[in-house]
Amino acid sequence: MIIDINFIGLIIASIMASAVPLILASCGELITERSGVLNLGVEGMMIIGAISGFALMTVTGSLIIAIFGAMLAGVLISTIFAFLTQTLITNHVATGLALTIFGIGISAMIGKNFVGIPGKEFPVLFESLKDTIPLIGPILFGHSIVFYFAFALPFITSYFLKKTKIGLIVRAVGDSPDSASNQGINVRLVRYACILYGGAMSGLAGAYLSMIYTPQWIENMTGGRGWIALALVVFSTWNPIKILIGAMIFGGLTIIQFHMQAIGVRIPVQFLTALPYIVTIIVLVVISRDSRKIRLSTPSSLGKSFHKDN
Amino acid sequence: MIKIVKRDQPSRAIFFFTPVLAIFLTLVAGGLIFFILGFKPFEALKFFFIVPIADKYGFSELLLKATPLCLIAIGLSFCFKSNNWNIGAEGQLTFGAIVSGGVALLFYEQEGFYILPLVILAGAIGGMLYASIPAILKTYFNTNEILVSLMLVYVSKLILDYLVVGPWSNPEGFNFPETRQFSDSAKLPLLFEGLRIHAGIFLALAAVVISWFVFYKTYLGFQMKVSGFSLKTARYAGYKGKKMIILVFLISGACAGLAGVGEITGPIGQLHREISPDYGFTAIIVAFLGRLHPVGIIFASLVVAITYLGAETAQIFMQIPKYTGQVFQGMILFFLLASDYLLFFKIKFIGSKK
Repeated sequence: MIIDINFIGLIIASIMASAVPLILASCGELITERSGVLNLGVEGMMIIGAISGFALMTVTGSLIIAIFGAMLAGVLISTIFAFLTQTLITNHVATGLALTIFGIGISAMIGKNFVGIPGKEFPVLFESLKDTIPLIGPILFGHSIVFYFAFALPFITSYFLKKTKIGLIVRAVGDSPDSASNQGINVRLVRYACILYGGAMSGLAGAYLSMIYTPQWIENMTGGRGWIALALVVFSTWNPIKILIGAMIFGGLTIIQFHMQAIGVRIPVQFLTALPYIVTIIVLVVISRDSRKIRLSTPSSLGKSFHKDN
Repeated sequence: MIKIVKRDQPSRAIFFFTPVLAIFLTLVAGGLIFFILGFKPFEALKFFFIVPIADKYGFSELLLKATPLCLIAIGLSFCFKSNNWNIGAEGQLTFGAIVSGGVALLFYEQEGFYILPLVILAGAIGGMLYASIPAILKTYFNTNEILVSLMLVYVSKLILDYLVVGPWSNPEGFNFPETRQFSDSAKLPLLFEGLRIHAGIFLALAAVVISWFVFYKTYLGFQMKVSGFSLKTARYAGYKGKKMIILVFLISGACAGLAGVGEITGPIGQLHREISPDYGFTAIIVAFLGRLHPVGIIFASLVVAITYLGAETAQIFMQIPKYTGQVFQGMILFFLLASDYLLFFKIKFIGSKK
């Protein structure tokens, strides 16, 4: 059997494409968690981003308004979470769950009028270079701007956390809010900012799904990707570069499942669909087994409320 | 001027008042949403919260929906009280239904008094088995129970889908994704002619009584309470943490599994693709709204059950999308958590008088 080398390139490119929403949402959540806040509402923020992006694109016709609008929608809905957990000092887990339930409800409510409307074509970059280099060409070229941004994001995030002053402040707030506060850092403000940033990235991840990946609105179209993004943050032991690896593994599982069905492998489709979820569990077990390592890399104040008595 | 003062002790009166406040605020915000969507707010709220339960049939439907919510929330309160975040009750419900449905199908076209108890037991065991996965992974492999229990929800729904489409599908069913009808002996009896409310409600009531007894009259209840307040204290007191984690997961899995039994052996009498409209997730809200208190959970399950019925009625009569129910559920939890602020802080109005 002769396998076209460009075909392999296309498969790798499609794995990367399915990793994009996971990378975006995970990198956003990673910053939030690094500041000590556990936001379980990723799935809810993502689906809000998905419907906002698609709706704005359909109504205004502008892709730029749609993309930024989706990010803004993510910011707005995460503001609810930020206000509750930071100002009213509510429990992070419960508030995040409420955010997800609320987000799914609101998105379906808005999305009712957008079911069945075809999406628009999203412009891709470097299309002409695609066929110039075998194998590498289809991997590197002919993707949307969001795709390139997603693959740069882990490196940007890593640089931000390690090398910039604001990154240092974020880590300080997450690891030791009390001493950060004593140093004159406004812990609440930093955490607000990190939560809203996480919302923006989840919103973008959702918009990628509904505008670029499968350009249409389907109810509940995030299908648990928000939760897998949360698992990826644990998988990465809060290291953005490892998110890239994790997202590629899960992207690979999704794509392989399609190809196995296409080749006609005799495994029930439901088992293949369940694969990413089962692998997530296995990976979590393997990563978490070493409790010392997890404890060392987890932001110390993760999920704990901070209240300064004045 | 307004000043916010920290209370020395959380206020007990406010502890039971805030759920009422949260419901009230949800109604106000809901009215506002209806207004924005272009509906008359009061009329919409009436269709949502009063019309559905105005007659005998409606009231029976309310109890039918409240039964699984109450049952699951009671189970979850064991977990939440002891600081275990089981959010996969939906999966435990589904797996319980699968196992119990499997047993019911074994007795296809057979009758006998022993069938129903076996079917019910199978559901509880199925739920327990499924809940034991996150529990064991948490205790022995230090794995986050939130993510594991949630991932398992997706897996359980796919297993169900595989079974009702494939090996368990009704051979005479024209390829509909459903199993054969269970025999009458495998079904929970209906309580009244013409109404859908079934004997499952007694399972829920039994769970309420038992949980009240465990919470307030046993050493286990005390241990759970201490662990909920402070894991360090619990460890210091020498409680067997691992055993308790597994136990509370098993209890909540059993309750969710029983809820699954009710869904398939009640009025429906077969397994099919969608056995639960996310009762497992909604029950998390019920547990919190009921303040993890057995009696509170009864009231909370009735209130939240209305959002299911209201969403259906409002959709039929006013073409309001049915997802409004979920929006209401999310809002209830938001407002409840927000009003908890009043538990710990006092808002003082300092007059301008000098």
